[in-house]
Amino acid sequence: MAKKMTEEQAKAYWHRNLALMLKLLIVWFVVSFGCGILLVDVLNQFQIGGYKLGFWFAQQGAIYVFVVLIFIYRWRMAVLDREFDVEED
Amino acid sequence: MELQTLTYLVVGFTFSIYIGIAIWSRAGSTKEFYVAGGGIHPVANGMATAADWMSAASFIGMAGLIAYMGYGGSVFLMGWTGGFVILALLLAPYLRKYGKFTVPEFIGDRFYSRTARAVAVLCLIICSTTYVIGQMKGIGVAFSRFLEVDYNVGLLIGMCIVFFYAVLGGMKGITYTQIAQYCVLILAYTIPAIFISLQLTGNPIPQLGLGSTLVGTDTYLLDKLDQMVMDIGFNEYTTDVRLSGLNMFAYTASLMIGTAGLPHVIIRFFTVPRVRDARSSAGWALVFIAILYTTAPAVAGMARLNLMQTIEPAPGQYLQYEDRPQWFRNWETTGLLEFEDKNNDGEMYYSADPQTNELVTVDLDIIVLANPEIAQLPNWVIALVAAGGLAAALSTAAGLLLAISSAISHDLLKGMIRPGISEKNELRASRIAMAAAIVGAGYLGFNPPDFAAGTVALAFGLAASSIFPVLMMGIFSSRVNKEGAIAGMLAGLGVTLFYVFQHKGIMFVESTAFLGDTPENWFLGIEPNAFGAVGALVNFAVAFGVSAVTQAPPAEVRELVQHIRVPAGAEAALDH
Repeated sequence: MAKKMTEEQAKAYWHRNLALMLKLLIVWFVVSFGCGILLVDVLNQFQIGGYKLGFWFAQQGAIYVFVVLIFIYRWRMAVLDREFDVEED
Repeated sequence: MELQTLTYLVVGFTFSIYIGIAIWSRAGSTKEFYVAGGGIHPVANGMATAADWMSAASFIGMAGLIAYMGYGGSVFLMGWTGGFVILALLLAPYLRKYGKFTVPEFIGDRFYSRTARAVAVLCLIICSTTYVIGQMKGIGVAFSRFLEVDYNVGLLIGMCIVFFYAVLGGMKGITYTQIAQYCVLILAYTIPAIFISLQLTGNPIPQLGLGSTLVGTDTYLLDKLDQMVMDIGFNEYTTDVRLSGLNMFAYTASLMIGTAGLPHVIIRFFTVPRVRDARSSAGWALVFIAILYTTAPAVAGMARLNLMQTIEPAPGQYLQYEDRPQWFRNWETTGLLEFEDKNNDGEMYYSADPQTNELVTVDLDIIVLANPEIAQLPNWVIALVAAGGLAAALSTAAGLLLAISSAISHDLLKGMIRPGISEKNELRASRIAMAAAIVGAGYLGFNPPDFAAGTVALAFGLAASSIFPVLMMGIFSSRVNKEGAIAGMLAGLGVTLFYVFQHKGIMFVESTAFLGDTPENWFLGIEPNAFGAVGALVNFAVAFGVSAVTQAPPAEVRELVQHIRVPAGAEAALDH
């Protein structure tokens, strides 16, 4: 069992978590709502293979990025948990 | 072997696996019944979550919707996957840390209020019940189409199977059967897709095939598809916007936050041992979901192209109705495909213009159901698709039924009516609640209410506008209090229901709609199914507003919030 955190430590841990979340959610927003919807016409001028780029983001790319985002979060949080000594077990 | 026999064999084989698992995984305690003992490996839970999440609608319906909507269908692809990012970052780890059994239980504790818990139970039961009707119908339809069993008999068989493993094993039985069901459904989905992709593009990976050139030409598949649909008067496939950019934005957002707020998905994350397992489990769930969700657009585009090329083999040259292929004849008998020779020339003509279009019925479900036959795949693949459709419907139904029954036995009975109930009696009560939920869902499956079709979309709107915001505020704010949470939930729910009813009719009775269901009447052109996101904004605004003018939550609640934000070591005092 990890040691008890002080209030300042708990606050610092939470702020680091929020900052990480914010970065990842910006990417989440950009690839789906941004590339897949708002900027779709602009991106559709480019192609990857037979896909128009905006269409690709909306039907393929955004989903791949979503998966990567969750695993990045898991990895960065594991590092943060270790740093603050709040891992379970 | 005869297709019918083979289908019976494959479906019978999968069912015997589910029953075997049921016998092996009986639940011995309430912890096993509600959260499978809390010891499920994160990858296994990811797989179970994927099956829990992907319903008959994802398996059978979605590719057809995309084939019909083209680019506009992307709202389902992004909405139903993007929700897992929000779930993994904003909800799952903290609710796992909280470490109890149900979603309303968290809302009741965090907002120190039985009323809040009761409102949450109400939202949960409305969401999950409307959703489960669709699954029950899916089971009946799959049986009647593939096994030529009567709809009601098929539904009854499905109910018995779910009854067996859900009543005996609770979450434990459901988890292990969902893992088996995932394997069945993903094979059934991807195998036909791989073959179709090979036939059309020579690339065995459907995700790449959709972006490749057609075999023997240097024309890209999507360019060919765009040109063919435009030739007969439809909008370009790859750019066909669903109503407006704003509507697509709102629709995607509603599906995302609705996904993150669905209780039957959230409770799956209570089954893993640790907070970090909840994080990785959400990632694995999305990996397993993405396999199907990135294949779906390929199935959609390729099946649409195949269908059109069957009817118009060369530009301006139409197929004689007499020469139609066997699969077309097969599906005509089900009524899912219908041809009417309007100009009596014996040729089949397909067009966007309803006056001259002769392909009068193309049910969207046909895209997935007829796929293996269009690609001339062996009979065992067709049999596998039947088993896959059933696995998708059964796994989602079981997850929903568990959410409903645990809300009844744990939140209503133990939480409010008889707090002193013993562990043994609660386990018995949870089994009875599960049995009752199955019978109730079955009843609604036998007599689907008229509004059944509209309500699956409503389930997302309700989860988005009532449950998701209150969970998020419960974790991210220690200032939102019980008055704010209750007012927020009711306001979000109210606004969403009001908007849906004003356009679709009160309880979906069309004649009571006081504003026609057409784009001019919609607020900012947002269709009713996409309104959950607006309801969620109202919920947040009302909750913060009301909380600001009422008393702050007591100190224990602020401690609870601190406690759930940190995986371990925040404080020991709250470890009941």
